[in-house]
Amino acid sequence: MIRLSIPLRQALSRLSLPVLIAAALGIMLLGKADTAMVERGRMALADTLAPVYGLITEPVSAVRGLLSELAEWRDLRAENARLRDENARLHRWQAAALSLGSENALLRRQLGFLPEAPASFHTARVVADAGGTYARAVLLAVPPDVPLRKGQVALDERGLAGRVTEVGSRSARVLLVTDMNSRIPVVLERSRARAMLAGTNGRLPRLEHYPADAPPQEGERVVTSAEAGVFPAGLPVGVVRRGANGTPEVELFARLDRLDMLRIFEFGLSGILPPEAVARPEPRARR
Amino acid sequence: MKQGAHPLSELLKHLDAWGRAALPATATALAMILAAAPVGLPSAVPALLLCCLFFWSVFRPAALPPPLCGLLGLLQDLLVFAPVGTGVLIALLMQGAALRLRRVLARQAFWTVWLAFAAFALAATLLGHGLQAVLTWRLPQAAAAVVQLLLAIGFYPPVAALLTRLHRSMQRAEDLA
Repeated sequence: MIRLSIPLRQALSRLSLPVLIAAALGIMLLGKADTAMVERGRMALADTLAPVYGLITEPVSAVRGLLSELAEWRDLRAENARLRDENARLHRWQAAALSLGSENALLRRQLGFLPEAPASFHTARVVADAGGTYARAVLLAVPPDVPLRKGQVALDERGLAGRVTEVGSRSARVLLVTDMNSRIPVVLERSRARAMLAGTNGRLPRLEHYPADAPPQEGERVVTSAEAGVFPAGLPVGVVRRGANGTPEVELFARLDRLDMLRIFEFGLSGILPPEAVARPEPRARR
Repeated sequence: MKQGAHPLSELLKHLDAWGRAALPATATALAMILAAAPVGLPSAVPALLLCCLFFWSVFRPAALPPPLCGLLGLLQDLLVFAPVGTGVLIALLMQGAALRLRRVLARQAFWTVWLAFAAFALAATLLGHGLQAVLTWRLPQAAAAVVQLLLAIGFYPPVAALLTRLHRSMQRAEDLA
């Protein structure tokens, strides 16, 4: 160790603080000037400490897990009671459904009701929000062996999305119900009144041509109508909402802004009017 | 035999002294690293550094020489992603101020020291806030500064209790040596 005289050492120790403060200011400027170097230093430190932190988090997360488990145990009683309630309620619904099912079967027998053929469907992935002729349309990627046809009905997992308007060998275009060119015959479920669902290019399509004596009620369910032989009856479409100026609009069940898969149903209906063809709808085929 | 034992005990004594001298800075750095772990409180790192720095500067100024203090400040900057250099500057200024006042403060009761520390922490937080605003040219959130100040003030009593025991035991060891 270098021996220094006492006054010199005192002077040095007194100087060290101002010198260091000046160095700190220098570091600040350097950090401002060369951010990449500071970033490298930071990441080097973080890399060194990462295993240590990994070790620390193990017991901490174990303790946290234990605590949350304890909380679950505490809430077990309440949860049990809730589940029992729910179970009882569901049992009642089950009984109602069973009795309705048997009643339905009985009535069908008495009516000589011809059951509709079960619909077949293909699932296709939505690959693009296609523009083109229509503002609200999507493009589907379809495997070449899937026989799609114009006029088939597209549903997402919640409700009606649109109709197939153009079919290629590997793709198909679906006109969504929100498009301005889309007109869908619908039925208001409570009043059984017929109406037209007209797209506006906005988020909510409008209801038009409903009977004056049965205006759509807020919250009423809207389903498709079998009129014109385009759709089968009863596909879920949405719920009636009153718009800003009192026009009845339909909040769709289908989430058209985030479509990723669509089911294309073949209902065996041929009453479709192809969008580009000017032709009368054919009479509904008898089955 | 006796000739061999003498250098060894000398070495042990040196090691002991070295360990004692390195303990405050090492313990502070370790505490800061642990506080920066992603499981605990955020912004506890500057609060811890302030507490330790203040305590050692007032009661055992030899324990944290200014260069080490600057290094701890740099560690804080790197750990909390603050503009680099601000922690160094604040730590050094705090230490300088605490060293000036230590002759008065070391003799006071705990409450007085705590109050003085609160004033120090307020000054340090304000300075940090201002420096950050100037260096990033953006007004940082005031809530973070308030939380840091409250954490520092709240941390001081337990930290001081712990460090007081450490300080006492170190003094005892020095008296024995």
